[in-house]
Amino acid sequence: MEHEDPLVLGGHAFTSRFILGSGKYSLALIEAAVRDAGAEIITLAVRRANTRDHENILDYIPKGITLLPNTSGARTAEEAIRIARLARELGCGDFVKIEIMRDTKYLLPDNTETIRATETLAKEGFVVLPYMYPDLNTARDLVNAGAAAVMPLASPIGSNKGLATRDFIQILIDEIDLPVIVDAGIGRPSQACEAMEMGAAAIMANTALATAGDLPQMASAFRMAIEAGRRAYRSGLGRVLVRGAAPSDPLTGFLRD
Amino acid sequence: MENQFFVDTGDLSPQALAQKHRLEQDPSVRTDHMAYLPGMEQISSDIRERVMAQRDSYDPMQYTAQDVQAALQHETCTVEDLKALLSPAAAPFLEQMARRAHEETQKHFGNTVYLFTPLYIANYCENYCVYCGFNCYNAIKRMQLTRDQIAHEMEVIARSGMEEILILTGESRSMSDVTYIGEACRLARQYFRLVGLEIYPVNTEEYRYLRDCGADYVTVFQETYDPDKYETLHLMGHKRVWPYRFDAQERALMGGMRGVSFSALLGLADFRKDALATALHACFLQRKYPHAEISLSCPRLRPIVNNDKINPQDVHEKELCQILCAYRIFLPFAGITVSSRESASFRDGIVKLAATKISAGVSTGIGDHESKYTGQDIGREAGDEQFEINDARSLEKMYGDIAAEGLQPVLNDYLYV
Repeated sequence: MEHEDPLVLGGHAFTSRFILGSGKYSLALIEAAVRDAGAEIITLAVRRANTRDHENILDYIPKGITLLPNTSGARTAEEAIRIARLARELGCGDFVKIEIMRDTKYLLPDNTETIRATETLAKEGFVVLPYMYPDLNTARDLVNAGAAAVMPLASPIGSNKGLATRDFIQILIDEIDLPVIVDAGIGRPSQACEAMEMGAAAIMANTALATAGDLPQMASAFRMAIEAGRRAYRSGLGRVLVRGAAPSDPLTGFLRD
Repeated sequence: MENQFFVDTGDLSPQALAQKHRLEQDPSVRTDHMAYLPGMEQISSDIRERVMAQRDSYDPMQYTAQDVQAALQHETCTVEDLKALLSPAAAPFLEQMARRAHEETQKHFGNTVYLFTPLYIANYCENYCVYCGFNCYNAIKRMQLTRDQIAHEMEVIARSGMEEILILTGESRSMSDVTYIGEACRLARQYFRLVGLEIYPVNTEEYRYLRDCGADYVTVFQETYDPDKYETLHLMGHKRVWPYRFDAQERALMGGMRGVSFSALLGLADFRKDALATALHACFLQRKYPHAEISLSCPRLRPIVNNDKINPQDVHEKELCQILCAYRIFLPFAGITVSSRESASFRDGIVKLAATKISAGVSTGIGDHESKYTGQDIGREAGDEQFEINDARSLEKMYGDIAAEGLQPVLNDYLYV
C-alpha cells in the first residue's frame, strides 16, 4: 500500500522521516539504532569506509537501508566531488550528502563551495543533499543547481543545542519548494518534534544519539517525536496568541455598516 | 632531584669527549640558539610572539579555586580559563575537569579511538639533546633502513592490520635527507591509508615536496617553550635553533600539509607554562589557518639507553591528566594523542576522557618490527631505541582492550582528496 505521506528525495519515496547518522558510536550498535529509529536512510562518512580488514562500517549497515554517504573532510567543491565519485565506486549508490568545511573548529559548511559541488554532482546523476548554513539565497541557488533537498543546520555540529537558527530555517521552509531536512545540532527529541511542527521534511541526527545513555532507546524516542511533529504539522496547529487575550468587547465595535 | 642528563658513554675520542664536556660546562662555546643557520627559512608570523607573551606573563600561582570553578562553568573556555585549569588550584577539581572533558570528547568524537603506529627508519642524529637516546654523543647502535628494509618493515606492520603510520627519523639531514624521507612516504602510501611525519623541521618547499610524496600531517615536538631552558638542553646541532623549530608547523601548513601536531616534552621545564604554550600555539595557528586539522601530544620524559634514571620530575599521572583535560576543554575539536610512553592503565583510562588517538604495536628501535611482532630472533641487525616504551601492546591486543571498554577502535577514517 502506498504511504499517504512519503518523503520524496530525487524521485525515491521514503516512509521514515528520520535520517540516522552512523558516526561517534560503536559499529555493533548500528543495527539496533536503525531498527529502533525506524530509519530507512543512514549517513556514513566515505572516509570512514576507507578501511581494509577490520570492521568496515559498510558491513554493519542492514540490507535494504539507503546509504547517504557524506563528503566530510572535503574543503573545496573539487574535493567533495572526488569523494562523492569514490562513494559511488564503493557501491554506496547515488545519494550524496555534501559536507564542505574550511574550518576544523566549528565545522560550519561553506555555502559557496557547496553550491558549486551540487551543480556538478546533480549533473552527474547524484541525488544531492547539501548540508548548508540556513541562508535563503544559498537555498535558492541550491535549488537551481539541482539539489534534491536542502539540509540547513540547527546549531553547530555536535553541540546538541537545538534550533538556534529556528527563524532562518522557517524562512527556508516557507520559501523553498524542496524538502528541508534539519541537520546538525538537534540534541533532544522535543527539538526534533518542534522542527517537524514547523514543517521540516525530515530530521538528521547523530550526536544526540551517540551521547545518549541508551542509544537504541533514544533512537526510538526520536522516531516518536518526529512522527508526532509531522502529524501535528499536517493537522494544522491551532493558533497561538502572542500577547494578551481575545477581548470580548472588540476595539472595532464602534464601526457601523 | 633534577635529572642528571650528562653521561659519558662508549669510546669517544679524547677530542670528542673534551668537546662534549665543554658544551656541557661552558655556555660561551655554544652557538646562539635564537639565531637561524644558513638555509633555514624565516617566515613572517606573529604567532611566536603572541604565544610567548602569554607564556611569559602566566603565573600559575595567581589562580584560585574560584577561578577554576568559574572556568568549569563557562560554556567556552577562554585563555584565562585555560590558565586556571592548568594551575595548581585546579588539582582538587580533577574529577570535575574529567567530567567536562569527557562531555566535550563525546560531543566531538563520540566513543571513537584512532590507532596508529610509529616507524623509525633511521636513528642517526647530529644534535646533542641531553635527554634523548639518539643524541650524537650517546653510544648506541646506529642504523638507517634501506628502501627494501623500509618496505619490509611496512609490510610487517601492514600485515598486523594497521592502516596509519607515522614515519620518524633521528634529526640528521646529512644521513636522512628529505629525498630519503620522501621515498619512505611514497612507499608508505602503498601500504597505509594515512602517512604522518615526525622528522627534523624543514622549509616550506620541502614540506610541499613531502606532501607530494604522500605525507599528510606533520608532528613537531617543541620540547620546551622556554628558550632559556631549551638552550641548556640542546647543546649542539640544527635542533638547537629554537625559533626555526617553533615555526615548523606553520611552514608545514604553508607547504600544504593537512594537519599538524604540537607538543612539549613534559618534565623538561615548567610543565604548566609549557602546556599553556602548546595549547596556545595550536589554537593561534588554527585561527590563522582555519582549515588545518590540529592535534596535541603530551609526552613525558622517559629513560633512555645508557641513562635509565631519566624521569618526568613533577609531572605525575595526576598532573598529566589535568593537562589533558585542560587541553580538551580548551580545544574540544583537537585530536589528542597519548604515546606508549604511558602505562596501559593510564592510556585505557585517558581514552575515555580526553585522548582520541593511541599508538599500538610500537617499537622505537630501527628495523626490529618483525622480531618484535613475531617474538622470534630473525637474525637481522637492528638499531637502538629512542626511549623505553611503557605500553607494549600489539594492535590486536589494543583493539580488543579498547573495544572491551565500550569504545570503538578506528584504524582509518581518512581520505586523500
